[in-house]
Amino acid sequence: MTGFDELRLDGVRRRFGDRDALAGLSLTIRRGEFLALLGPSGCGKSTALNCLAGLLPLSEGSIWQDGARLDTLPPERRGFGMVFQNYALFPHLSVRRNIAFGLQMRRLPRDEVRRRTEEAIRLVRLEEHAAKLPGQLSGGQQQRVAIARAVVLEPSLVLMDEPLSNLDAKLRLEMRTEIRRLHQTLGLTTVYVTHDQEEALSLADRLVVLRDGRVEQIGTPQDLHERPANRHVADFMGYRNLLPMKVKAVHGAVVAVEGVGLTLEGTAVGPLAPGDDVVVGIRPEDLHVGEQGTPVTVEVVEYQGRELAVEARTSGGAAVHLRAAARPTPGDQVTVTAAPARVLIFPAAAP
Amino acid sequence: MTRVALRHRLAERGVDRHLWLLLPGLACVLALFVYPFAYGIGLSFQPAEGGVFGAYRAFFADAYQRDTITTTLGLSLPAAILNVAASVPIAYRMRGRFRGKRLLTTVLVVPITLGTVLTAEGLLNYLGPAGWFNRALLSIGLIDEPVRLTNNYWGVFFSLVITGFPFAFLLILSYLSGIDPTLERAAATLGAGGWQRFRRITLPLLAPGLATTFCLTFVLAFSVFPSAVLVGDPAGSTRVISIAAYHAAYEVYDYSLGSAIAVVMGVVELAVVAVVLGLRSLLYTGSTGGKG
Amino acid sequence: MSRARIVASPAAWLIWGAVAFFLISLAGVITSVVVNSFGLRWFDTWLPQGWTTRWYSTAWTEFGLFDVLVVTLEVAVLVVAVSVLVGVPASYVLARRSFPGRRLVYLLFLLPILMPPITYGIPLATVLYKYGFAGHLAGVVLANLVPSIPFVILTMTPFIEQIDPTVERAARMCGARTHQIFARILAPLLIPGILAASILVLVRTVGMFELTFLTAGPDSQTLVVALYYSMSAAGIRAQQSVDAMAVLYTTSMLVLLVIALRFVNPTQLVARVKEEPD
Repeated sequence: MTGFDELRLDGVRRRFGDRDALAGLSLTIRRGEFLALLGPSGCGKSTALNCLAGLLPLSEGSIWQDGARLDTLPPERRGFGMVFQNYALFPHLSVRRNIAFGLQMRRLPRDEVRRRTEEAIRLVRLEEHAAKLPGQLSGGQQQRVAIARAVVLEPSLVLMDEPLSNLDAKLRLEMRTEIRRLHQTLGLTTVYVTHDQEEALSLADRLVVLRDGRVEQIGTPQDLHERPANRHVADFMGYRNLLPMKVKAVHGAVVAVEGVGLTLEGTAVGPLAPGDDVVVGIRPEDLHVGEQGTPVTVEVVEYQGRELAVEARTSGGAAVHLRAAARPTPGDQVTVTAAPARVLIFPAAAP
Repeated sequence: MTRVALRHRLAERGVDRHLWLLLPGLACVLALFVYPFAYGIGLSFQPAEGGVFGAYRAFFADAYQRDTITTTLGLSLPAAILNVAASVPIAYRMRGRFRGKRLLTTVLVVPITLGTVLTAEGLLNYLGPAGWFNRALLSIGLIDEPVRLTNNYWGVFFSLVITGFPFAFLLILSYLSGIDPTLERAAATLGAGGWQRFRRITLPLLAPGLATTFCLTFVLAFSVFPSAVLVGDPAGSTRVISIAAYHAAYEVYDYSLGSAIAVVMGVVELAVVAVVLGLRSLLYTGSTGGKG
Repeated sequence: MSRARIVASPAAWLIWGAVAFFLISLAGVITSVVVNSFGLRWFDTWLPQGWTTRWYSTAWTEFGLFDVLVVTLEVAVLVVAVSVLVGVPASYVLARRSFPGRRLVYLLFLLPILMPPITYGIPLATVLYKYGFAGHLAGVVLANLVPSIPFVILTMTPFIEQIDPTVERAARMCGARTHQIFARILAPLLIPGILAASILVLVRTVGMFELTFLTAGPDSQTLVVALYYSMSAAGIRAQQSVDAMAVLYTTSMLVLLVIALRFVNPTQLVARVKEEPD
């Protein structure tokens, strides 16, 4: 395997017309890591992937593989593997010949092509389907062919462009495990693009959150989950309650806030002073029904297996989402509290 | 079995009263295409003299008549092959979006809509001994005296290219745009260079479309009639089979021979089409992943 | 990226060169006709010695062009109307139903387009003469229906297929009867397709030479056929007045083309490629 120690993106910018799809992405990818590019649609994550693959030329910036400049090479000379969102399997070639295609392009000896192809077919458990055409396979099987076709080359980098988005929920979970298993077995450096935070958190060693072509935060899954850098990242990471409030008092790291009929204590993200407008982020599962706290009126109750998801309204008229163990009746008054460490307070003025 | 049960059973197989909507169309094709064709075949077996196969024997025994088949194929096959072969690289290069693409395709539609008669008139003027083409070649010194390009094989050939090339080009362009562009990108990430991408991915996916295009272009060229008369040499080198058929039916008034020649023409044409479509059925003909 | 490649590669130069050569020749073919039709005397020179428009008035009176244009229009409109009326219902059935013999029916509609017009034109003309249609407008219209009806069907079938059938089912669940579905749901959805098919048939009928040639009588000639006769009788009449007529024909075709291109894209004028559905 012709690996690298690090792959560096240096101010990579891509314009479409007068719009920046990607506004100066700088990032270092380390050998063997699983990196996820995460963001809502249109955030520039696919653009970044295509730039990395060489399918889109850069408007500005450069890409370096260890000491060598990469962005001037055409895609076929970069030696990366790619899994496309629609799989892009060659419809006229059988599963086996799809997988062998890249090996043949490298003009490897016939025996080696055959051996590595069969190995890859075994790896993705498609032995029975090797002679079929892609059109005869199910979505999950096609997905496996696409992955096998990319990894059989043992590329220095595997690029995956929302590979699970065309699958149904159950299959998506299965393939997620499969992808993680392959990464653990083969140790291939992977860049994975997705808009699904859960997918990114469960698969990646490191996440890059993008918005409007800019990096919002880079960190481990735990970093992002517990300490989102701003309210946009928080929104994306499942902080479903994002409430506009005002700072009442600041006691070191703990900040007291009030507004929309709630009074809470939380942790400041960024410098704050009393009287500042803030956005308060709380996950539904961190907002508890307790003895003390602020009273809210229950409006909708949904059964979600082990818990109940409740939508309630504060006296200030804001909707809040919380979890409850016992089933409240719509119309009931309950009191809610949250641990200060779990309440994040972002300056409202910041982006 | 009750009538209701029968109706249900038929409906299950898709036979219900909606099929009546098909009737007018079917009646027209039967009355105006199938019946006359059958009538013509019948007529071809009833010549004034020579028995059942007299008309066919008359056609094949006379070298002047028989050779019209080779003359027609000698014009239409090279023209169809050239039109398709030239269209592939040009359409491949223009498959993406570029400014002026719509204008270019519009310009290319012009000769198709103008038809062969006008093209013939234009070719007589343009390629004639005193036409602009010869004048241009003379004035840059490429030739010493005008090249004879009309009233012979080449005049007809050019007219077939002028009407046939845009036809083939536009068809192939639409087939190419039906091939999912991510397939080529996928091949590129797997290490395939430009030529390999074309050769291993695009061409195999395009091949069935090429076969269809070839057939349609060939049919167009095979039925060459007005231009063979007007820019060709209708008594000699471009005496194509349709001239022979027309001549027999409307100048000699031998309807039997005319019909026989029309039948021979249809058989030869369908034979070529069948061979090409037969070869096509050996190829991959499924989805090409693109937007139909 | 593509721009850079165009500049670089010699193959690209070759290809663009071939296209340019083709377009120049095409322009030459058309302009030479136009120039000649306005020329006074044009022998061994680049351009005619003088200019005139008298060939147009000569052509107009000598060839009786007014009558020819009227006939052309009548034929075209009748053919379009009948082939749409007959073809659209048939394509609805072909698009929506699967029934025994469907492939055969489809093949039957495909054949007239696949065969050279001369092959069926000669027996068809013979039959039409037998029943007394040929030589009149009726014969010309009937002959032109043969490729036009299949053409409408082949254009409309894929068009109807891409209309979601659940729309019809939804209408039925709302209580609409079959004729109401046709009138209130399908017709409005089909209008763009019908318009496209009509304009395509119009262009093809005005340009159709062989079938009209074989079935037309002296007073049922369309413009192409009149043009052909005047060309093959060249020598009797001035070449320039033949060209004047050719220019009139070209102009009317180009007007049709411009109208057509407002409704359809250029590739559709060639053929709507549709593989045999299963």
